[in-house]
Amino acid sequence: MYVLSAIVSLTLLGLLLGLLLGIAAKYLKVESSPIVDELESLLPGSQCGQCGFPGCRPAAEALAEGKAAATICPPGGSSLAEQIATLLGLELDLSTVKEPELLVAKVSEATCTGCTRCFKVCPTDAIVGAPKQIHAVVADACIGCKKCVEVCPTECLQMHPIEVTLRNWRWNKPSTAGHAVC
Amino acid sequence: MLSFFSKPRIRGGVHAEEHKIVTSTQTIIRNFPLPQKLYIPLQQHVGKPAEPLIRVGDTILKGQLLAYSQGMISAPVHAPSSGTIVDVNDYPAPHPSALPIRMIVLETDGKDEWLPIKKIEDPFTLPPEDISLRVGAAGIVGLGGATFPTAVKLNMGRENNIDTLIINGAECEPYLSCDDRLMQEQAEQIIDGIRLMLHGMGTGKAIVAIEDNKPEAYQAMQLAAFNHQLIQVIQIPTRYPMGWDRQLIGYVTGREVPVGCRSSEVGVTIHNVGTAYAVHQAIRHGRPLVSRVITVSGGAISRPMNVEVPLGTLISEVFHFCQINIEQTARIIMGGPMMGDALPHSGLPTVKATSGLLALTANELKNTEEQPCIRCASCISVCPAGLRPLDMANNIRINQLDAAVDLGLKDCISCGCCSYICPSNIPLVQYFKYASGEVAARQQAQHKSEQTKRLIEARQARMERIAQQQYEEEQARLAAKAERERLKAEQEVSA
Repeated sequence: MYVLSAIVSLTLLGLLLGLLLGIAAKYLKVESSPIVDELESLLPGSQCGQCGFPGCRPAAEALAEGKAAATICPPGGSSLAEQIATLLGLELDLSTVKEPELLVAKVSEATCTGCTRCFKVCPTDAIVGAPKQIHAVVADACIGCKKCVEVCPTECLQMHPIEVTLRNWRWNKPSTAGHAVC
Repeated sequence: MLSFFSKPRIRGGVHAEEHKIVTSTQTIIRNFPLPQKLYIPLQQHVGKPAEPLIRVGDTILKGQLLAYSQGMISAPVHAPSSGTIVDVNDYPAPHPSALPIRMIVLETDGKDEWLPIKKIEDPFTLPPEDISLRVGAAGIVGLGGATFPTAVKLNMGRENNIDTLIINGAECEPYLSCDDRLMQEQAEQIIDGIRLMLHGMGTGKAIVAIEDNKPEAYQAMQLAAFNHQLIQVIQIPTRYPMGWDRQLIGYVTGREVPVGCRSSEVGVTIHNVGTAYAVHQAIRHGRPLVSRVITVSGGAISRPMNVEVPLGTLISEVFHFCQINIEQTARIIMGGPMMGDALPHSGLPTVKATSGLLALTANELKNTEEQPCIRCASCISVCPAGLRPLDMANNIRINQLDAAVDLGLKDCISCGCCSYICPSNIPLVQYFKYASGEVAARQQAQHKSEQTKRLIEARQARMERIAQQQYEEEQARLAAKAERERLKAEQEVSA
């Protein structure tokens, strides 16, 4: 008799708690982890895939789960790595991070046929032009994703390093000839 | 002991070997042979570059306007001599990178003929606004090396209730003595320039601060200022960087400029003695800024001197005149040895900012063999900004720039005292220069990534709008078709 009442009460308790949990899961559902959203807003959002994940969202999820290092995003460079590390509270040694070489697309006027394919794929609308008109790249808006280079039928779009002028010239880091940190 | 408390304290600083005596005892040489070609950069000042209004082939006179100032903070450029314009193109700039900037190339005709000048009888009857306008039109910028347009500073003086004008005669950099000589030889004119500036700014008093290693200049200036109650000439201790505006304001007035504020917020403006002389020339004689006195010195120079040179003269020609010993030259520096820029070669023009040209031998350079830090804290005691250079450098070494910014990287003035004093030859100031540039680059990158996000969102919104529009058009087309078919069916039925 005792056994039966124990079974019944425990079953009821289990069912009740299960029901409560089921209701809670439905009404108190969190759409997604807020940290993932925050991480995603830090990432460039160009879905370039250089990190090895299919896009910035999956990369942010991997970061949140601790499966990826803060230095995951090559286009973001050490500045982004620093921001991610601050957000996640990670210790970070950036001396090994390679700064991304900044590139911009450039149209060679001689071979552009005005096919309009490039500006249809440009994620930042950095290419201007019209059918059968020579296109041009707005260098300030170009993020160097190379999508236009892939679709250009005449290979007139090529990536070039950003030209160094007096405005963007910077001092080099003094070389540390292997000395211990002071 | 009492004097220790009553005297304002000077924070940090170093006293480097002066090397001034070789040039400060000779009069300024004013017969520099006119170069065949002058290379005049369109940007010799802080702000926007000037816009040229001449054409290649134009014949021009000395003092004629070549390029006009653009925007609020800018300065025009005038012809340093008479001749023909032969080119307007990109040439290497007098900058450590020697990257090209736009320059006007003037082939001189040897006549050095001035543009006819209208003189004003009594400039003190002019309204103060007129003084700033004339100073601005003469292309005068801060000649201490900062090259901030002087007219803008005079205007700020009127708008911000400045009560004290400090004239910076500290010249704290080693080797340089051009301001010292100018004060000894042109004291009357400088005092006149100061009076004109006071009139232009609507300011009550001026204090000329001269380091106590220049007694002759001090005496000359005091004599010249004797009849002018508003101008006080004082001596200040010799200690680099005494000419730094905040150090000078702190010592002379006892006021401290808060971090991130301009000196005008404590009621003080600073101008250089060379600037005061240029103001005198512009207002009294109508002459724009077309030449300046440059100290040419250093161990590899056989005839060190102060020489007045037309702006745009190639550094190589100045060095040739002063008999440079090329084999011994280990480094060419524009400006002083502490804060000046090392130049890669001498085929670069002199500009308004060129206060000195140094050709140093290997013996005069600091040993750069880096040793580990011994934590002696010398860099902390000499830092005039009160920073901790060794901690900042450690953070920068492992690229943790945010941590360096937290330690006050943005308050570093790159005076070089820390690098100078470091017994282990750690390139401290070089780290801070690198990090400041990198911080600026990162800010730009962040700004760009924000802009990129905005562009991507705008594009997505547009794509959605287009898709929505297409869908609506399709729906409308289908509805119209159905309507047509219905009408057709009705007609058939009625028929």
